[in-house]
Amino acid sequence: MSSATIAGQNGDAGALPGSCPVPISDYKEIVLAHGSGGRLSHQLLQRIILPQFQNELLATEHDGAIFPIGGARVAFSTDSYVVNPLFFPGGDIGSLAVHGTVNDLAMCGARPMYLAAGFILEEGLPMRDFWRIVQSMRAAAAAAGVMLVTGDTKVVDRGKADGIFINTSGIGVVPEGVDIRPARAQPGDVIIVSGAIAVHGIAIMSVREGLEFETEIASDSAPLNGLVEAILSASKDIHVLRDPTRGGITSALTEIAHGAGVGMRLDEVCIPISEEVKGACEILGLDPLYVANEGKLLAIVPDSVAESVFAAMRAHPLGAGAAIIGRVTADNPGVVLMKTRVGGLRIVDVLTGEQLPRIC
Amino acid sequence: MKYLDEYRNEAIAQKILGEIRRTVTRPWVLMEVCGGQTHSIVKYGIDRLLPEGVELVHGPGCPVCVTSLEMIDKAHAVAQRPDVIFCSFGDMLRVPGTQDDLLILKSRGADIRVVYSPIDCLKIARANPEKKIVFFAIGFETTAPANAMSVWQARQQGIRNFSALVSHVLVPPAISAILESPLNRVQAFLGPGHVCTVVGYREYEPLAAKYHVPIVISGFEPIDILEGTLMALRQLEAGVAEVENQYPRVVKRDGNPVAQELVNKVFEVADRKWRGVGLIPMSGYRLRDEFREYDAERIFEVEAIDTQEPAVCISGLVLQGVKKPHDCPAFGKQCTPEHPLGATMVSAEGACAAYYAYGRHLQRKTQSPEAVAAA
Repeated sequence: MSSATIAGQNGDAGALPGSCPVPISDYKEIVLAHGSGGRLSHQLLQRIILPQFQNELLATEHDGAIFPIGGARVAFSTDSYVVNPLFFPGGDIGSLAVHGTVNDLAMCGARPMYLAAGFILEEGLPMRDFWRIVQSMRAAAAAAGVMLVTGDTKVVDRGKADGIFINTSGIGVVPEGVDIRPARAQPGDVIIVSGAIAVHGIAIMSVREGLEFETEIASDSAPLNGLVEAILSASKDIHVLRDPTRGGITSALTEIAHGAGVGMRLDEVCIPISEEVKGACEILGLDPLYVANEGKLLAIVPDSVAESVFAAMRAHPLGAGAAIIGRVTADNPGVVLMKTRVGGLRIVDVLTGEQLPRIC
Repeated sequence: MKYLDEYRNEAIAQKILGEIRRTVTRPWVLMEVCGGQTHSIVKYGIDRLLPEGVELVHGPGCPVCVTSLEMIDKAHAVAQRPDVIFCSFGDMLRVPGTQDDLLILKSRGADIRVVYSPIDCLKIARANPEKKIVFFAIGFETTAPANAMSVWQARQQGIRNFSALVSHVLVPPAISAILESPLNRVQAFLGPGHVCTVVGYREYEPLAAKYHVPIVISGFEPIDILEGTLMALRQLEAGVAEVENQYPRVVKRDGNPVAQELVNKVFEVADRKWRGVGLIPMSGYRLRDEFREYDAERIFEVEAIDTQEPAVCISGLVLQGVKKPHDCPAFGKQCTPEHPLGATMVSAEGACAAYYAYGRHLQRKTQSPEAVAAA
């Protein structure tokens, strides 16, 4: 796909040989909400990108693709990082760029091995900042047990990028007997979250909005491959793993429910949220169920192994706060229902765009 | 979380629900005035916990929703100017005008910023002396003090590059308009807790007496709403129509006199157009003449913009509680939060948007949650 095909306006793209007109979408231009992980991001994928590259691997809509090379099953994934501020409590864009791709691979059940990094640097970025980011990537890669083996740097004019953008791609190997993908979610499966949600998004937002709380909220950004290994050592029969980043746990679960053609039933009181994050969400007028996570995963596992998987998660430092939050159901395919704190029942759906702070 | 968890407690909710079931002998229609209350009701599924026959209809109290199309068009005309930094509360960004919304204008290069407090605009004004900073001052009585304070402080501090595009609305005239309507079904109100925090509830006493309608000033947490509902139902069943205060931990009868004084220094009551409803006499605030140098409408000469609303959706009827969002054939189809056709879909607090966000557009296709719960 040439970038011109996407950038062209309705009609004028016909001038490009072999290209089709831009599919009718509701927006003539890209808006920020197209990157929010909500409904508009989904539309961008469904209407523009996926139809151009139809293939079985892409159709799984997983965090990465899994395919055989030689005798091994290889997982391959990529992600770009455009976070502002570059440095935040609990991490920075460098550690995030390593953790994000390591985690995408881990969610395929793979053992992450090699990373590639692309840096887009803005003219004027302090060398000291770049050095700090690269140091942080080195430390994060070492902690996750992956090697950064290739990369690229580009510099753009001042004002053309937000200091630094990083893309990382990674490959890993999926162990024998492991088959983790969204479509495997089945009625009766247990839904486990590995710890308190919404920490990363709130850490970023409180820095961005200049909010000061009594205790600093630090990002939970962390490599999850160790936790996934612990889960797989308890049982190889794990149906789905997902790290609920942009769009939070609701967007992740709704996507899985859609993909697998199952329903889900959550219990609000079981969803772990720290007091600090709850307070920040109240102040900012945000729903923590939609706020991004970076060091948490959702595991959807058969009832028969749920107990041992849950115990293995609780025994791992990154899963110490794990909680069972719901079950997969046969009814209402594609719909995630939640029993609310006061006993009511509501449907949780993906967001249209960014969560915007409410007036009152 | 202390001071919040108590108001989201299932055991207490069940106790109040039991009391409600024992109190009710026939059907009643109650309106919650505030968008924040609507949001809470749908978020926690409160309306579904109430006994059959007790109907909650959603009032006009979403300031973002009721801001007139004409005022949005004015805002867009100002925001597109290259010499302007346009500041707004967050949920105003997605509200469509005749052409676009502020998010789209932002994607085309307009400098549009979300502020949590209007006072932040003054900081932006000091940091950008070459730009004109315009704050979109919308809201009910709740936001009026902070909005007034931004203008007041700008004058105090001699900040010349700040102005406000004022589109304030007031609750009592809207309640009167609803009760005067021949279509009215509302028999009692859950009154606006945060509005009354500022202005108190003396103003509501003549309304309750004139229209013989109970008004219970209520909070926003599930327990507040259930308790307010119970208090209103007790009045209805007893044939009483008084103003009661469910929210005394925040609301006092006289409100906050200091805030009121500031509001009255900066603003005066004026006619105001409401999106989906039309002009309601003396239903808003505008800047007093002595503050006209801070009036963005005048500075940027957008006073003449006059937009007529297309009569495509039933949001006016939803705002008055005559119709429910899913009564509209366009709900969830042509009309979504991405592409709202009318007032009540535009903000998270609008009745249609709240219904949409909590998946009620899906329910026509699926089993109702009650059926699932029973299964």
